[in-house]
Amino acid sequence: MAVKVQADDFDVGAEIDGLTRGRPSIGGVASFIGLVRDMAGGETIRSMTLEHYPGMTERMLADIEAEAHRRWPLDASLIIHRYGHLQPGDRIVLVVAASAHRQAAFDACQFLMDWLKTQAPFWKKEETPTDTRWVEARASDDAAADRWRES
Amino acid sequence: MSDQPIKLLYFAWVRDRIGLAEESVAPPAGVTDVAGLMTWLRGRGPRYEAALKNDRVVRVAINQRFARPEDAVAPGDEVAVFPPVTGG
Repeated sequence: MAVKVQADDFDVGAEIDGLTRGRPSIGGVASFIGLVRDMAGGETIRSMTLEHYPGMTERMLADIEAEAHRRWPLDASLIIHRYGHLQPGDRIVLVVAASAHRQAAFDACQFLMDWLKTQAPFWKKEETPTDTRWVEARASDDAAADRWRES
Repeated sequence: MSDQPIKLLYFAWVRDRIGLAEESVAPPAGVTDVAGLMTWLRGRGPRYEAALKNDRVVRVAINQRFARPEDAVAPGDEVAVFPPVTGG
């Protein structure tokens, strides 16, 4: 299990290699990479600034990751989330889940992203050609997280 | 409350509206939970009122854990106030 919150970019291939090296029990790796889009709500996005709550961010991401390990038989996992000033096309987030079989890896990867989006204290500010604005939370993200709730 | 202050942290548009990133406060003894703290803060001026008027939107964390309106706030706590999160 690993969590990294950083301003710098990351190398997806190197990160996944590092996670799987020396763990031959892993049969499948699922990953998700989130990128900065150049459009939002019909408007051009010039750049984005990501702010977070140092301390709580790492703690929440570690909690989310531990919850994924509780629910699925994972051999390894990784969450990297960037902050600071980013351009369209830049990588924002990497989530990796590795398991003996693919279903646990797929499901855990999706769970990690859905929970991260509603639990980890990050905030995006978009810069358009004429304006800067804080991104509003989406009800669809809450709904995506809700479907993982254990009754 | 005792002489130890509460450390408040503000993020994103809550910080923009209040005009501060953090401050230490010593609310009156009657302020014992999150709901009470928010009510007291809103009374501190129009910037606070503008930032915190919508209780349903603004999120609160106590000592880096999400908190509910009825959760206790004690001297020495770190209380963060911020909008719904938008990472990922």
